[in-house]
Amino acid sequence: MSGTSYKGSSIEDVDQFLNDAHGLASDREREIGQHIGYRYDVNLVPDYSRLTPFLKEYMEVMGWDDLNWLEDVHMGYEEGNAAVFDRNINSWVRVPESVELPSGQQDRDMIARELLVKFQMSARHPLVALRQAYSKF
Amino acid sequence: MASVTSAEFKDLSQDERAKRLGMATEQLSGRSMFVEFDPDEASRFTYPWAPDVDFNKRTEIDVGEMSATEANSRIRELMSDGNGTIVIRNPRGKHGLGVGILSRLNLIFEGSLGYFGVGLIDGPNVRINGRVGWSCGENMMSGTVVIEKNAGSTFGAAIRGGDLVCKGSVGSRTGIDMKGGTILVGGDTGALSGFMMQRGRMIVCGNAGKNLGDSMYDGSIYVGGEIRSLGVDAVEAEMDGIEKDWLARKLRLYGLLPERGVGHFTKIVAGKQLWNYDNLEPAEKKLIL
Repeated sequence: MSGTSYKGSSIEDVDQFLNDAHGLASDREREIGQHIGYRYDVNLVPDYSRLTPFLKEYMEVMGWDDLNWLEDVHMGYEEGNAAVFDRNINSWVRVPESVELPSGQQDRDMIARELLVKFQMSARHPLVALRQAYSKF
Repeated sequence: MASVTSAEFKDLSQDERAKRLGMATEQLSGRSMFVEFDPDEASRFTYPWAPDVDFNKRTEIDVGEMSATEANSRIRELMSDGNGTIVIRNPRGKHGLGVGILSRLNLIFEGSLGYFGVGLIDGPNVRINGRVGWSCGENMMSGTVVIEKNAGSTFGAAIRGGDLVCKGSVGSRTGIDMKGGTILVGGDTGALSGFMMQRGRMIVCGNAGKNLGDSMYDGSIYVGGEIRSLGVDAVEAEMDGIEKDWLARKLRLYGLLPERGVGHFTKIVAGKQLWNYDNLEPAEKKLIL
């Protein structure tokens, strides 16, 4: 994993933040005495050999040659649960326990991207209610 | 709200005034919202309110005599009619053209844009066959924007997602406060590029000016040419194999891949010295107490 191999913040295991919910394993975290719940590697670039069929279709519909904004979406962890950060509602959205997580971070990131697109485009997304209440045009 | 006279209102405490005005005064703490994905969610690719457009349905408009507001309203009308490819003629450097488009669309500008062109967009693919002024693609959420010539300062300010491409050179403070997405520059970039960058990637094929990546918090900057100087807390890092492949693929997408590949690019990331705000707090508290 690129970008986090310094200052005692390295991510060594894909399940690190599921097993260590408080994220206190690193020296840096012990030093500052405060865990960062959203810790994952934001600099990890996607492995395009692991695209899901849904994501391939999404790219085609949008007319994009790659994942575009979804390159910034990764599987994160909140209080020991898998979760994805939704920038549109500034909140973590949890992955239900019924969803089986693959063993690699790259595959988990692809699942995260698919879940997030489906959620953002659904009628139950909070942005839909906000738009109905406040939209000007 | 119950009717209150001005005289009565003056006698009320701040808390009572807030309650009379219908404002809550509860102390917020902890989680305010819990949201969970539904694994059986239907597969949709666009927002529920997005117009159903067809990329093969193409139209052209001349905005030479229109104001920016009129031109932007006309673009929305054409999208509502199902037009998926819109060509804008005679933009004449108007400011704020093509902003706030939140759905899929092919948008082509035959000319140059002024300040804050195609800002706040979420989804469209934009091509600008000219130059752009300050803050092109500001707060862009997703989509692609390709500028054939040069761009002004604060290119991609606070961008959150998508690909913002300038095939020429750009001014200073490129990607200031960027929170995601990818900024690609075919030529050089000016001073303080990547200032306070929080996330995302910036690729500069040419040279970078002074104080590159100053106070960056996270994200990555790749520079193919010379870096005049690094800013506070910006440090050099190594690239792995997937990253090099990604870099080459991204540059190839926009016809910017150098003949000699990407092996000569330098990667810059945050040194993360600025992350340790908490270390300072105990000392400050002691001084106060």
